[in-house]
Amino acid sequence: MTMSAGSSLAARAQRVAAVAAAHADTVDVDARFPQEAVDAMIAERLLSIQIPEDLGGEDAGLSDIAEICSLIGQGCSAAAMVFAMHHIKLSSLVSHGADSDWHRAFMRRIVDGQLLLASATTEGGIGGNLRNSICAIEVADGRCRLTKDATVISYGAHADAILVTSRSHADAASADQVMTVFTRDQYTLERTHVWDTLGMRGTCSDGYLFQGEAPAEQILPKPFAEIAAQSMLATSHLLWSAVWYGIAVNAVARAQAFVRAAARKTPGVTPPGALRLAEASNLLQLVRSNTIAGLGEYEAARADADRLSSMGFAVTMNNVKVASSETILSIVNHAMLICGIMGYKNGTPYSLGRHLRDAHSAQLMISNDRILGNTSNLLLVHKQDTSLTG
Amino acid sequence: MQQTIRDILTKHGGLAMPVDQIADTADLYAAGLSSFASVQVMLAVEEAFDVEFPDNLLNRKSFQNIAAITDAVGSLVGDREAVA
Ligand SMILES: Cc1cc2nc3c(=O)[nH]c(=O)nc-3n(C[C@H](O)[C@H](O)[C@H](O)COP(=O)(O)OP(=O)(O)OC[C@H]3O[C@@H](n4cnc5c(N)ncnc54)[C@H](O)[C@@H]3O)c2cc1C
Repeated sequence: MTMSAGSSLAARAQRVAAVAAAHADTVDVDARFPQEAVDAMIAERLLSIQIPEDLGGEDAGLSDIAEICSLIGQGCSAAAMVFAMHHIKLSSLVSHGADSDWHRAFMRRIVDGQLLLASATTEGGIGGNLRNSICAIEVADGRCRLTKDATVISYGAHADAILVTSRSHADAASADQVMTVFTRDQYTLERTHVWDTLGMRGTCSDGYLFQGEAPAEQILPKPFAEIAAQSMLATSHLLWSAVWYGIAVNAVARAQAFVRAAARKTPGVTPPGALRLAEASNLLQLVRSNTIAGLGEYEAARADADRLSSMGFAVTMNNVKVASSETILSIVNHAMLICGIMGYKNGTPYSLGRHLRDAHSAQLMISNDRILGNTSNLLLVHKQDTSLTG
Repeated sequence: MQQTIRDILTKHGGLAMPVDQIADTADLYAAGLSSFASVQVMLAVEEAFDVEFPDNLLNRKSFQNIAAITDAVGSLVGDREAVA
């Protein structure tokens, strides 16, 4: 991304990041939607950058979007997660909706109206096993109807459309799924769970009974198995990692400021936190390298459906997610040890409570145990790539 | 070969319907083959035919339907016989 003129992607993202940072603490304390940051994303037209140019978008690549996730995440992880989740949903439309008239027209609507997309994969009785559904979509006379016990829908009450997974028909096997776009005027949400959580409070990820009805052409024309493998899983793990990297970057920046302030007070004496800071910087570089390598792998495989569906690719993406979600916790913890009570207290320039609480969501957002279970199954047949540079 | 593959699918596929009701070209994922079960099927096929799937065959397409599995195994067995 180029860091120049006011209209560059980076400059637009930085303006959004500044707004997000200014409201991060109240968003967290009140567990409220980061409205100011999302309004800024809309004003900067960041919600449609991924859409191809011929549909009115800017054709931004996943690395550009990841950079923005990290920038916003340095100020407000909830706002960054909203941005990330919107673009994860959009990646499925861009990758799998290009041949469908309805979805092409919908992408134009996203551009014109800067519409915000949410996701309902998690279901009561299924948890994070997103490649299985209990609910089934009913299709009759060109219309589709769906009721889902959606236990977690981030910013569900604020979205303009929700992409919902379900079994493809009443008799379908639990893994025979489709994903359908429902726009706000086509569904009702009855709140069943309140999102009062340790962290990521501003994502407002309440649970709802979702009930929707729409023209059947709004069902994405590919099996969800392919959508998950070729766009959603990879973009989730990469953009989430970018948000988490942003949290860790800001924690390290605060710890570094603390160490430098101490060093300036006592020139000639290395502050006690300096060594820990070096360790934190080392871990931060690991997360960064891991995320960049994953993005590179995705961009290289992007045009090749077979490569995206391969076991090697799935193992790589799973590893990116597990590593970054675990490592950021060590990083924020290091930063806390460096800043001591000034990091533990709220309302200081070195406060790290929000970072630590937000970072704890990473291992649960599709449980790492579940992901490791999936990887361990793949490793029964997949042979590892033994080359260094690929 | 086909019958052995069908037997393996019966045992390890976890499919929603009897395997003898599934056509050679019918989509196994639509019939309920999960990614966990597809790995178990691969392992059983490797054992039964004494072959090892190379990475380029370890994708959804190779296990999409019974004909695709048969083709994949056939090419591996064929390669072995060509070398021998
Ligand atoms: C900030 C945030 C935002 C989210 N937003 C959304 C959203 O917008 N839409 C949405 O649909 N979902 C969303 N989710 C839900 C998320 O994607 C996961 O589905 C959810 O966190 C998993 O819930 P769970 O821990 O109850 O369920 P489970 O996945 O069932 O896991 C429960 C526990 O059981 C164990 N476990 C279960 N199965 C296995 C297994 N096979 N192998 C090993 N261990 C296992 C794990 O240790 C795990 O901790 C969000 C989550 C977070 C944290």
